[in-house]
Amino acid sequence: MKHTLSVLVENKPGVLSRIAGLFSRRGFNIDSLAVGVTDDPDISRMTITVDGKEQPIEQVTKQLHKLINVIKITDLDPHNTVARELALIKVKSAARNRGEIMQVAEIFRANILDVARNTMTLEITGTTEKIDALEKLLEPHGVVEVVRTGRIAIERSEK
Amino acid sequence: MLIKGSEAIVESLKANGVEAIFGLPGGVVIPLYDSLYDADIKHYLVRHEQGAAHAADGYARATGKTGVCIATSGPGATNLVTGIANAYMDSSPMVAITGQVRSGLIGTDGFQEADITGITQPIVKHSYLIKDPKDIPRVFKEAFYIASTGRPGPVVIDIPVDMQLAEIDYKQPSRVQLLGYKPTLKGHKRQIKAAAKLIAAAERPVIYAGGGIVSANAEKELRRLAKLVQAPVTTTLMGLGSYPETDKLSLGMLGMHGTGYANYAVTHSDLLIAVGARFDDRVTGKLETFAKDAKKIHIDLDPAEISKNVPIDVPIVGDAKNVLRDLLVELKKLDVDPKRTRPWIRQMNQWKKSHPLQYKDLKREIMPQFVVEEIYRVTRGKAVICTEVGQNQMWAALFYKHTNPRNFITSGGLGTMGFGFPASIGAKVGRPRETVIDIAGDGSFQMNIQELATAVNYNIPVIVAILNNGYLGMVRQWQELFWGKRYSETCIECQPDFAKVAEAYGALGMTIKDKKDVADALRTAIKARKPAVLDFRVKQEENVFPMVPAGKSITEMIGGHK
Repeated sequence: MKHTLSVLVENKPGVLSRIAGLFSRRGFNIDSLAVGVTDDPDISRMTITVDGKEQPIEQVTKQLHKLINVIKITDLDPHNTVARELALIKVKSAARNRGEIMQVAEIFRANILDVARNTMTLEITGTTEKIDALEKLLEPHGVVEVVRTGRIAIERSEK
Repeated sequence: MLIKGSEAIVESLKANGVEAIFGLPGGVVIPLYDSLYDADIKHYLVRHEQGAAHAADGYARATGKTGVCIATSGPGATNLVTGIANAYMDSSPMVAITGQVRSGLIGTDGFQEADITGITQPIVKHSYLIKDPKDIPRVFKEAFYIASTGRPGPVVIDIPVDMQLAEIDYKQPSRVQLLGYKPTLKGHKRQIKAAAKLIAAAERPVIYAGGGIVSANAEKELRRLAKLVQAPVTTTLMGLGSYPETDKLSLGMLGMHGTGYANYAVTHSDLLIAVGARFDDRVTGKLETFAKDAKKIHIDLDPAEISKNVPIDVPIVGDAKNVLRDLLVELKKLDVDPKRTRPWIRQMNQWKKSHPLQYKDLKREIMPQFVVEEIYRVTRGKAVICTEVGQNQMWAALFYKHTNPRNFITSGGLGTMGFGFPASIGAKVGRPRETVIDIAGDGSFQMNIQELATAVNYNIPVIVAILNNGYLGMVRQWQELFWGKRYSETCIECQPDFAKVAEAYGALGMTIKDKKDVADALRTAIKARKPAVLDFRVKQEENVFPMVPAGKSITEMIGGHK
């Protein structure tokens, strides 16, 4: 099962390396990682997605807690979380299929950032699945390059 | 007050109560050493930085205070690494100060540059690279706080030379503010109640005590608990001394080289009360069979240790002393019947008879176990015992009756050969009035033998008792038992005359070949009031028994039966 860990850390040099090192040391592979400052410039948030069974995830979060620079860790409940990724996709396009690509982009609410003679670049925001789906639809045209951010996520508030 | 960074370091050390430092200077710590030159902190010059780290560690374990070591950048710092890892594995409070190339040179592969905060990242509780000299007082205050509170551990402070030279407006911070560090010291009330209920109902309880008792100074509470519930107590290697082995409820050590009765007791218990221990593989053997019918209570300061290896029924996160105190209060409310464990204690006494700790003594040849027993007899069990690693360590653990915490100093988690001798120097510096003996092997002692110069230099009268069998004995034992006696590279064919080496350094050296001379040699060394090396030529191919082969259940012992 994939876990999304939302980790509040002190915004200090070396913190990312301490956290990344801990994951590899305890045998975890980080699937994706997004880091940015919070509204408090001294504090950053890392959103880390990892694969793992329930038990080892608990071990790695406990170990993470022991890092002095780690302030808070939340293992986000997928049913109660809004998660987004952003991707930039460069796809081959000639005059004949440009329209079709634009149609697909419209369905996915993707923005067209750049149109060149042989390629188009699309910007898409959404869940992992949505981005995967778009990528798949674009594949027949020839995907030149995909750049994806890590996932960021936030808990829903109580209604 | 405007002072230099290096002076701020010395002032910070003093402000944090440092009285002794072990170190060795080098290029980028010259400013720091210049400030130490007329400071009233005693500095002990070691002969290799590894010795400094182990001495600081030994000092910390013997006194409970934070040990401090200093090394220069690059090779000086990397020489500390084993000592830092050792302190980390055994949760020993230490602050390691390393010099670093000037900040403008960092990252350019400068002369004697090594990324020591990077290298030590997996083996420290925390580390700092000082980039602004103004941070010095705050960083030192935090470092000592982090090293000594919660689950103790080593903290590295890396200080570029220009930070030591810069002038700062020195002011000690009034308090430590760390957003992400708040150890849980008080146990959860409800959990403690649940534990008390389990204990009151148990008929075959066993207390399994570890190093956490020692670092929390909780030995009195442990004794009260054992007495109140009439539960036998087994200790880990790190917990030796936390419960007196002269007491009838003591089972001694458990695990791979544990006593037969401790291993049987744990295996047949219906309740295991783990306090400040971490279910290490050397303790549990095969996990599936470890105390398999027992409910488990685990009291530990570190939440990450709970259910790490063995699932726990009642976890209590907190400082051992606090939790045991609260637990005793709860237990007293429940009116525990001490008689209910009587049959269990009887069973224990039977196991003690059928599986005693024993060895075959010889007429003239010296048995290594005999030397350990003589050390106990001659010092009346009051010495601070340090050990190296391997057979010497296990014999010291098994055949010396440990009665007091902080009197047994050994490299448990990392298993560092060469630890004991420099650690004994640190222990003696911390507790100068007590007899400090390093029970060593001929292999281990040679790993930090250069520290004889340190001991002689400052006249730190530690005694090294070498159980000299001419082998890297523990590996030879494994080769004998599991590898068809193919003694690959374990026979130390070329060995110095240790007594002469000692004399060459200015220490007392003796070679003892006859059993009847063992006690006299020890008495002579204790009276000499100078560092001494006693080379006991012991039976060569003696094994440590009982022994549980790696990965087996702890009742599958070789040896240890009557």
